[in-house]
Amino acid sequence: MHALVVEQLRKVYQSGFEALQGVDLTVEEGDFFALLGPNGAGKSTLIGVVTSLVNKTSGRVRVFGHDLDTEPEAVKACLGVVPQEFNFNLFLPVAEVVINQAGYFGIPRREAKQRAEFYLRKLDLWERRRSEMRLLSGGMKRRLMIARALVHRPKLLILDEPTAGVDIEIRRAMWDYLRQLNAEGTTIILTTHYLEEAESLCRSIAMIDHGRIAAVADTQALLAELDAEAFVLNLSAPLAVAPSLPGFDVARLDATTLEAQLHRGQTLNELFAALRATGIEVASMRNKQNRLEQLFLEMVDRGRSAPAQAA
Amino acid sequence: MSAYPGTDLRRGYRYWVTFSTLLQKEVLRFSRIWVQTILPSAITTMLYFVVFGRLIGDRIGSMDGFAYMDFIVPGLALMAVITNAYSNVVSSFYSSKFSRYVEELLVSPAPPWVILAGYVAGGVARGVTVGIVVMLVAMFFTDVAPHSWLITFSVFVLTAVLFALGGFINAVFANSFDDISIVPTFVLAPLTYLGGVFYSIELLPEFWQWVSLLNPVLYMVNAFRYGLLGTTDIPLVMAFLIIAVFIAVLGALSLRLLQRGVGIKQ
Repeated sequence: MHALVVEQLRKVYQSGFEALQGVDLTVEEGDFFALLGPNGAGKSTLIGVVTSLVNKTSGRVRVFGHDLDTEPEAVKACLGVVPQEFNFNLFLPVAEVVINQAGYFGIPRREAKQRAEFYLRKLDLWERRRSEMRLLSGGMKRRLMIARALVHRPKLLILDEPTAGVDIEIRRAMWDYLRQLNAEGTTIILTTHYLEEAESLCRSIAMIDHGRIAAVADTQALLAELDAEAFVLNLSAPLAVAPSLPGFDVARLDATTLEAQLHRGQTLNELFAALRATGIEVASMRNKQNRLEQLFLEMVDRGRSAPAQAA
Repeated sequence: MSAYPGTDLRRGYRYWVTFSTLLQKEVLRFSRIWVQTILPSAITTMLYFVVFGRLIGDRIGSMDGFAYMDFIVPGLALMAVITNAYSNVVSSFYSSKFSRYVEELLVSPAPPWVILAGYVAGGVARGVTVGIVVMLVAMFFTDVAPHSWLITFSVFVLTAVLFALGGFINAVFANSFDDISIVPTFVLAPLTYLGGVFYSIELLPEFWQWVSLLNPVLYMVNAFRYGLLGTTDIPLVMAFLIIAVFIAVLGALSLRLLQRGVGIKQ
């Protein structure tokens, strides 16, 4: 079954800015789906429309078969939302935020309290349940937004930049928990600027740019499209000029650093062998950029140059 | 198959849970800050009784056959109801807009009428609570006892509903905290003070009596005065009709604004 179907979705703001220009998107039940795109691409507007926070101009949204226009209550009951910006009453105690949210979904207070305890414990916030929201750290607030979004046990969880501003340790813990939720059957859609996050978590990826879906594909299939991957090599000894290695693109960044492009079919072993043959020893190595980031930039470039060529 | 299944009864129960959650949240909110929400009206009323009742009232004599202090009790109580019902909803809903936690409700399956009912009930709860406190203060200074409990209570509640709706509409259109104090200062206060709280309109020249009849607060104050003292400048049926019409119009407008997401959705 489709968890989400978006058809020809358009959103024109009062200023005249067309944030969504006929978006078509399908997310399958059980998927872990990433929505990627640069700032202003339309990610948050798309999520806003699906979650009823933004009025659409035209188009159709269906969640688990329910139409947003004709069955808004059924659609909302299926959805859990973790927004990009904090949206709390800062003077309420932590537990009350979660209990109230359960109440808004029609969950009686006694059950709401039990569920609040479950999710606050899961997200390591139970000890802070009596603290006012304003006293929590940024990471705690992010986790609380997840607890709040889960309290009615949604079938589809939508997270808009869930780990923005969160330190690495908490981010990894949040990833683990999201993986667990997905494994338990919750469909998850997330937007993120951390492409590593999408590569690590998501099975499917949609790239959105200028209010249009530029590509939708399986994450591994997308990564397989990469023509080249760049590596930065730190050398054991300084070099005066860039070495000439037949078949490899190698540039000298400084005396002890090289940048090498590995094209499809080439391996790191072959590169190291060629370097050793010219007497160069590599001390350490790192990816120049995240693979998904590289792919994303290529796709956006392709998308932008296509209309120009057509014109 | 529905993801949000259930008979109308189950649906009704869910709506009830949402409504009672909102009401409980609102009651807790104004109870926690009772020094700002409940106490000021009690102190202001006490000052009115001391100044206008004890010190000046004796020189004024009687009004409509009642001691002046007794005559102003209904108006002062209703003034407290109006101010508190209005300000509870306007400040609570505007704060939820400003800090964006209104989104907690917008993403929930609660229909707009349940959300509106929850906020209005919160305003009514505060208006009636403060009204009762003012009446208790009044009983300390006067011997007033309700002429009709039914009319007294129904005017109390209906007035609170009307002004809670007014506060909601104000909050929808407000873009800053300044905007939520403009209507109470420049509209509500003049309407209340000129609504027969401190005088009978029979004291006014004929032209100003006619102008006064355009003020909806006059009808509420007089209906409430009838409930407490058994006297009114306005036919009681007319008073209830005016209140009902205003509630219907403001209620329909509030619901329309919420359904369209005016001021809260882009």
